Amino acid sequence: MPSSRQPVPGTTIFDGEQARKGYALNKMCYSFNDAANRRAFVEDEEAYCARFGLNAQQREAIRNRNVLQLIEAGGNAYYLAKFAGIFGLDMQDIGAQQTGLTKDQFKAKLLAARG
Amino acid sequence: MARIVGSITTSHVPAIGGAIARGLQNDPYWKPFFDGFPPVREWLARVKPDVIVLVYNDHGLNFFLDRMPTFAVGAAGEYRNADEGWGIPTVPPFRGDPALSWHLIEALVAEDFDLTTCQEMVVDHAFTLPMALCWPDMKWPVRTIPVCVNTVQAPLPSAARCYKLGQAIGRAIASWPGDERVVVMGTGGLSHQLDGERAGFINKEFDLAFMDSMVTNPAWATQYSTVELVELSGTQGVELLNWVVARGALPEKVRQQHANYHIPISNTASGLMVLEPQG
Repeated sequence: MPSSRQPVPGTTIFDGEQARKGYALNKMCYSFNDAANRRAFVEDEEAYCARFGLNAQQREAIRNRNVLQLIEAGGNAYYLAKFAGIFGLDMQDIGAQQTGLTKDQFKAKLLAARG
Repeated sequence: MARIVGSITTSHVPAIGGAIARGLQNDPYWKPFFDGFPPVREWLARVKPDVIVLVYNDHGLNFFLDRMPTFAVGAAGEYRNADEGWGIPTVPPFRGDPALSWHLIEALVAEDFDLTTCQEMVVDHAFTLPMALCWPDMKWPVRTIPVCVNTVQAPLPSAARCYKLGQAIGRAIASWPGDERVVVMGTGGLSHQLDGERAGFINKEFDLAFMDSMVTNPAWATQYSTVELVELSGTQGVELLNWVVARGALPEKVRQQHANYHIPISNTASGLMVLEPQG
């Protein structure tokens, strides 16, 4: 539901409230700039999440590779993109997952914007 | 007196880096995008800039959310690219211009812009890819000054404030005693949204109106709040604030030298414009 804080449907504006909620999660994703950290995550995901102090909701969303849940848990798109990169997912994979479309359907949706 | 000889505004999608690395410039998917750039390179060869002031937003390479400046200006002798986490090859370092950077900082703070100054700064794809599109051999023939705008964590600076920052940058360049020729670049946008159920949002009508306003009515975007800009152009479309800064640095009257618009590159409506001061 649109609220005065989040007035755009289907959209979570990354404001102070989200930034506070998602700090640990985004900090972990920021660490993925470093290839050694990406490897460490892949080797022992639970230990890596624990090191950054992710809460239960964030760990569950990471485990599920679920972008809408990650946003709900305070994740920011620019940082989550680094997490997605570990699995070789591109922005159409991410878009398809969030909109409940197949990747081909999501690509068709983008093309349709040409009008 | 230093002189702004024009502006280049363009999108900055990371996938462009992958396409360059794999040599996909003539691939049917990429060609309509890359074909926008030869005229930009011809224009650059003609105006021969010495310095690029490059207005962009960092995506979590130089700045994390532990400290998030609204406006940051680079003052380093060199700026390096680094791994952003998804394997785009890094590009050669860029020369800075610390003397002109500090002049810019002095002039902007004197006009009440409370800046963050950076004597060390790594630059991400929003800086490197537009440069690589302008100079594909990546032998940068220019000195650079990064100007980083927070488009990541709300509250964002308003479009009105961004426009005024651009105007102040224009005055600062004009008051520099050197004879440098300066191009202002603004990167990001146009409409796109990566996150949420509204992911994949693109607004062609708005983008084309915005591009038209860059020529005919430069303060047009300042009528909108940043939340309205998110609604009209998407959560990452709001990166068009970097275009608004770049446009502000040019005089009211400009001549359009070149423009391109293509849907989609990755999830993004890509825009490109080259403007010159008129008169």
